[in-house]
Amino acid sequence: MEAFDPAELPELLKLYYRRLFPYGQYYRWLNYGGVIKNYFQHREFSFTLKDDIYIRYQSFNNQSELEKEMQKMNPYKIDIGAVYSHRPNQHNTVKLGAFQAQEKELVFDIDMTDYDDVRRCCSSADTCSKCWTLMTMAIRIIDRALKEDFGFKHRLWVYSGRRGVHCWVCDESVRKLSSAVRSGIVEYLSLVKGGQDVKKKVHLSEKIHPFVRKSINIIKKYFEQYALVDQDILENKESWDKILALVPENILSQDHFLRDELQQGFQRHSSSLQRWENLKNIINKYQKNNKNDKCGPWLEWEIMLQYCFPRLDINVSKGINHLLKSPFSVHPKTGRISVPIDLQKVDQFDPFTVPTISSICHELDVISTKEEKEKGAESDIKPRTRDYKKTSLAPFVKVFEQFLENLDKSRKGELLKKSDLQKDF
Amino acid sequence: MEFSGVKRRKPRLADDQRNACYPHSLQFYLQPPSGNVSLTEFETLAIDRVKLLKSVENLGVSYVKGTEQYQSKLEAELRKLKFSYRESLEDEYEPRRKDHISHFILRLAYCQSEDLRRWFIQQEMDLLRFRFSILPKDKIQSFLKDSHLQFEAISDEEKTLREQDIMASSPSFGGTQLELESVYKIPFAEALDLFRGRKVYLENGFAYVPHKDIVAIILNEFRTKLSKALALTARSLPAVQSDERLQPLLNHLSHSYTGQDYSTQGNVGKISLDQIDSLSTKSFPPCMRQLHKALRENHHLRHGGRMQYGLFLKGIGLTLEQALQFWKQEFIRGKMDPDKFDKGYSYNIRHSYGKEGKRTDYTPYSCMKIILTNTPGQGDYHGCPFRHSDPELLRQKLQAYKIPAAGLSQILDLVKGTHYQVACQKFFEMTHNVDDCGFSLSHPNQFFFESQRILGGGKDIKKESVQPETPQTRPSVQRSKDSSSALDSLSSSLDMDLEELEELLQ
Repeated sequence: MEAFDPAELPELLKLYYRRLFPYGQYYRWLNYGGVIKNYFQHREFSFTLKDDIYIRYQSFNNQSELEKEMQKMNPYKIDIGAVYSHRPNQHNTVKLGAFQAQEKELVFDIDMTDYDDVRRCCSSADTCSKCWTLMTMAIRIIDRALKEDFGFKHRLWVYSGRRGVHCWVCDESVRKLSSAVRSGIVEYLSLVKGGQDVKKKVHLSEKIHPFVRKSINIIKKYFEQYALVDQDILENKESWDKILALVPENILSQDHFLRDELQQGFQRHSSSLQRWENLKNIINKYQKNNKNDKCGPWLEWEIMLQYCFPRLDINVSKGINHLLKSPFSVHPKTGRISVPIDLQKVDQFDPFTVPTISSICHELDVISTKEEKEKGAESDIKPRTRDYKKTSLAPFVKVFEQFLENLDKSRKGELLKKSDLQKDF
Repeated sequence: MEFSGVKRRKPRLADDQRNACYPHSLQFYLQPPSGNVSLTEFETLAIDRVKLLKSVENLGVSYVKGTEQYQSKLEAELRKLKFSYRESLEDEYEPRRKDHISHFILRLAYCQSEDLRRWFIQQEMDLLRFRFSILPKDKIQSFLKDSHLQFEAISDEEKTLREQDIMASSPSFGGTQLELESVYKIPFAEALDLFRGRKVYLENGFAYVPHKDIVAIILNEFRTKLSKALALTARSLPAVQSDERLQPLLNHLSHSYTGQDYSTQGNVGKISLDQIDSLSTKSFPPCMRQLHKALRENHHLRHGGRMQYGLFLKGIGLTLEQALQFWKQEFIRGKMDPDKFDKGYSYNIRHSYGKEGKRTDYTPYSCMKIILTNTPGQGDYHGCPFRHSDPELLRQKLQAYKIPAAGLSQILDLVKGTHYQVACQKFFEMTHNVDDCGFSLSHPNQFFFESQRILGGGKDIKKESVQPETPQTRPSVQRSKDSSSALDSLSSSLDMDLEELEELLQ
């Protein structure tokens, strides 16, 4: 893969926006079948240009205008905002207070830096194969809840380009949800609470809500490989002390403190796997001996959840006018494209093999040169924008197209239902 | 607002039709009433409902809602005033009709200000909660359906399928059997308060809500709808108020029964400045007592304190001249330059008496206003001591006021339970040596007025005839007489066409 050099961005972006960005599919998405008048025209986009110049309230009349502007401005970054009451690029002409954000997809942003307290391999902007599993678990847990609990059908998961993932929920009814309901959804999905000064961030009770139970079952599938092998969370005293800090101090059984006994158990064994087994056994023993409700299987779950459960940023999700990085946008630091993630293959998704803008531009060059050679002097000067198919970007656009198919199907279903009700055959 | 010129005479309904009008003993008041009602009946209906809502308020303060005592007393009140509450063997039409019409009349009276709306909504919600709680299980489903609420009770099979999950989600289940309870399936967004805290089972976009929890949702729906309706009513109000038959009645209603605002100065000039020190320890509520003390000690008060205390003094009868003298004297003692006072502070005092600027005659703050707004900060002495003081400091303060230990702990318990006004009532009882203060405290000037009444040996301080009554201090019979005599001076023989009313309330 061609190494990415941020200094080359202006040139690379020029090529990307001229021949690789999937404008057709992108417009098809945001137009939502043209069912609501001016839905696309009232959508806010924001561009970040070279030298960090940021411009908001961009809006476009149609796909062609969008293409021309993007090719002209060559944005380093593109964000998508809300659908407003008026064309965002005319918002200054609107009477004060009349320009309002009306609809937007429900979005989630899961960022690896929020897990710095529980991952041992990396910190801040770095990720590696050992901690990427956190994202895999997050996608599985959140997606299950959005689909099975809330009944949301159209969920697009996108790699953010560096250290996290985004989710765009695009159902028609969801785009209309109020800020209060969005906040409520995030609250429902939150279990890990507290900042740096809080040691124990997860508290369960004896009654376990089905959402929590199902999430724990998902984590169980990954826990051994992720936490006990890759992260090795019980490797040594320094790391297991952190786990012990999550066990309440005052749990007693026959004059022994649970914490002490766990500590001794850790010292006796030689691997995280053994130590965790031991922990489960000891807790089980204490639960049987203890008549009170302080000790139970949820102790073990609280630890698993604190180390593995998704951490959401409520501010991203609750605001209807919040701007979020667009799919197929380029990450200016890593060069990686924000590509859709195939939910059927989420376990196999590897952020380190996601195409970068330099690699796909290079691929395009190679193919174009070959074509030129084969077809003689028929080299195209005209910009062709379906050339992504010739690059490693293709499979990701396919995932996006599948998502769009589902949206179309739903829309047709809805229209049929409505016309049946109105008896308009 | 159009007034229909044609008066349609509705024939008397046959029994079946009567029952069809009001199929349930309670309702959500979604449709305004139609038909005719005489002006006298209009007035009686309104006054009876105000009495009812006042009782709802008092019972809610004196007893814990939902307890046996609360329920039985409220039921007795409903029966006494002949409003509907449960199905009985007698003809239900009249009490239900009364309930319906009186609610809509009160919307006119209570839509006019934020305070009035809040009070009205609160009492109507408590009333609905009570009526819903005594509705028999088999009636609930049909009531919900008729009220156009999309709350479907799920079948027993569906229930059993999800029994484990529902029991694990709802905190109201402590091992009780699900078989006996209804479970309702509602779109998740309508159960926001439940699902956000994971207190309900969600499946495919629906919340499966056990009966106990559905009440909270229904009440929320009711509150939202009523709040919107009151806002709409307020917009149509100018048309209603231009009707001379209704205007005096509606004003009378909202002033009499949610507590007066103490802006009329029935006691103007009856207080002299040198009485204030002794009055502050004898008859001032703790909030004003502490403000007075701070003013005397520091020879200064910040803006929040000046507003709260200054308006209170106006309410007890201080004239503008007295007020100017009072504040100036004290500020000068604090080494303030007299000219500075004249330039800066006296304008504000005149402003609050309505003599400057837009000439609004500002009204003294009610307890609600003091408790809920303008939280005091460092260096402030305003606010409500029961709400804003640290409990330890409050204890010390009360001890300094010579409250005995038993009363002290009662007061502190009430404060813990956030019953600030009841705590102040208790304070009143302890300092005035009465078992029951006999009123529901909602205003500092009310505290002062009642205190003076008791200390004056129960003699009523002379009032102008226009001054509205304090809540609950006169027997109800007398009230109706007063108001109907007021109306007799208008044309009471006119029939009010309720269709006109209906249009106004849409």
